[in-house]
Amino acid sequence: MEVKPKSACETCAQFNAEGLKKLGVNTSDFDFVVALAGNPNTGKSTVFNAMTGLRQHTGNWPGKTVTRAEGAFEYNRQKFKLVDLPGTYSLLSTSEDEEVARNFILFGKPSVTVIVVDASRLERNLNLVLQILEITNNAVLCLNLMDEAERNNLEIDTRTLARDLGIPVVPTSARYNRGIPELIQTVSELANGKILCKPHRIKNIPKNIEQALEKLSTEIKEVYPDIPNSRWIALRLLEGDRNIIETLKTGEFV
Amino acid sequence: MDTKKIDHIISLSNDLRWQIGDEFHDNLAEGIYADAAEIVKDSVHKKDETGAFRIDAKIDKIITSKIWGFPLMFLILAVVLWLTIVGANYPSAMLSGILLDTIHPALKGFASTIGMPWWLDGFLIDGVYLAVAWVIAVMLPPMAIFFPLFTLLEDFGYLPRVAFNLDHLFKLSGAHGKQALTMSMGFGCNAAGIVATRIIDSPRERLIAIITNNFSLCNGRWPTQILIATIFVGALVPASYSGIMSLAAVIGIAVLGMIFMFLVSWGLSKTVLKGEVSTFNLELPPYRPPRFWKTIYTSIIDRTLIVLWRAIVFAAPAGAVIWLISNIYLGDASVASWLIDSLDGFGFLLGLNGVILVAYIVAIPANEIVIPTILMLTVLVTGISAGAGAGVMFELDSVTATGDILRAGGWTLLTAINLMLFSLLHNPCSTTIYTIYKETKSVKWTLVASILPVIMGFVVTFLVAQIWRLLA
Repeated sequence: MEVKPKSACETCAQFNAEGLKKLGVNTSDFDFVVALAGNPNTGKSTVFNAMTGLRQHTGNWPGKTVTRAEGAFEYNRQKFKLVDLPGTYSLLSTSEDEEVARNFILFGKPSVTVIVVDASRLERNLNLVLQILEITNNAVLCLNLMDEAERNNLEIDTRTLARDLGIPVVPTSARYNRGIPELIQTVSELANGKILCKPHRIKNIPKNIEQALEKLSTEIKEVYPDIPNSRWIALRLLEGDRNIIETLKTGEFV
Repeated sequence: MDTKKIDHIISLSNDLRWQIGDEFHDNLAEGIYADAAEIVKDSVHKKDETGAFRIDAKIDKIITSKIWGFPLMFLILAVVLWLTIVGANYPSAMLSGILLDTIHPALKGFASTIGMPWWLDGFLIDGVYLAVAWVIAVMLPPMAIFFPLFTLLEDFGYLPRVAFNLDHLFKLSGAHGKQALTMSMGFGCNAAGIVATRIIDSPRERLIAIITNNFSLCNGRWPTQILIATIFVGALVPASYSGIMSLAAVIGIAVLGMIFMFLVSWGLSKTVLKGEVSTFNLELPPYRPPRFWKTIYTSIIDRTLIVLWRAIVFAAPAGAVIWLISNIYLGDASVASWLIDSLDGFGFLLGLNGVILVAYIVAIPANEIVIPTILMLTVLVTGISAGAGAGVMFELDSVTATGDILRAGGWTLLTAINLMLFSLLHNPCSTTIYTIYKETKSVKWTLVASILPVIMGFVVTFLVAQIWRLLA
């Protein structure tokens, strides 16, 4: 009997087309919630569409997504609900879109946060990435628009980047569906605890602020020992964030 | 839970905030950027220093330049409008042929064979069905052209450049530069433009953007402008130039709308909505060649059909109302003629007439049905024989025939110009009003946003009429 040789793709661990089902807007009874965050105009909505099989309109202008959009996909018989957050440059201000993004990552407790960045503008995008890594432990960096970065003659050492950030890094070109299967695979491994992150925490904070954060976060940990992001809570307290003060009182984030 | 401890944490955070002082934010941001720079240094390498971003920068240099920026913007707007106007003619004629000339008589015939009472037949088929058919025939083709073209420009990356060009004008008027983006969305649909104001951080500037979005001539009003400009303004010049003349008139009205947007923004920011202009970073994204067919598909599905659907939902009851007011009699005249007679005097002051004002009252749900309502009511009051009878909306196949009816109704160039002005300056449609309420959650600001433009419309048309009559 003739055995058909398997193609290189089929033998690859990333190849799992059978296990993948794009579910569009059908977000009922899911196993994991995945948040999609990132700067404006990095192609978050395109990544969202590529992962869910939806065809939501994407636009080439910053701030296109003003509300969160939801979609879903199924991978290896597990259902993932994907939430596309509004694009923001930071999570430190009071505008409505930033609040939506910040509160969802903090209080929505997504199993995994996918941080979409523009590979050509990595340095500027890292501002948001580093802030998100203060809030959550389970994240993956989606290095999107790789095609543009290549056209601009940029070489990105994804392994060094992953090591420095302490989270997995997946290069993608969502417009052409490149890297999306790998991204889905990584999300699934993170959700199931097969990959453990040790996210980078901001180091170059001025001494006086660092000491204040230290003091506050020690006290927060005394009250809520299980909290993973006491330093971020401390940061928001210094900012005077009303939401945080309220939830600190009710203890909702534990 | 330890409430005491938590209170202690909060008061400690208050003390620490005082100790750290004002530089907290800046220092923190600097810290984060220092981290980012270190990380990037180790993992990103540039193969050669030259060559990158050059084409983008070159294009930007032209389309955001002080000299070429504005003319190019108007040129692009003109091309988009031209394609919309010219391209929409054929499918529009085809659709109205099917919906109005074939299906409508067929429905009437069916109604009479099953012996439907005249009032039910009139109410449903001449009222509800015709209004819906009208909206589809008149709105669908231009939208199916305008929205994809707009979306292609958007995907290419042109919108942020428009915002960049207009930024300092908005800043001068005390508004947010991102209002340029919401304004552009408003050219498609004001309700969509108002939802888009969520990108504006400061509540003050967002309110300004919401209140003034109505000055973006929306999709429901383009056809009115185009039709009236073609009949009355285009006729002023020899036939070979009339197309360009009408196009210029329509663009003139759109630009006037933008001027009003700046003036009203300025007025608001100097009076009830005083405050500092906030600065913001607007990233000029790289130009990305749009994926043509995908864009066409999504813009037709996401925008065109959704906007069309809501127009139908609102037009159907409006059609019913039009039929009712033309067929319910108070004494010896229909409700519609009573209304028209009582508004005629006021209409004359504004250089308009009673018919136009009644049409605008009836057409609050959907701007698209203003013109058919005006035609129908004009026929009703002048008693000329055209169209399909009392309370039946219709579209005349030829622009000339429409012009004849309007002239028979006493229309002059002044009426036409003032109608174009009033179409720009009047209350938003009911969907937009509802959207404003949903976004602001304030009855007060919804009222301001709804009534302010009407008052301005009255003032402007009144002034134009008086000056016109003095000079003429």
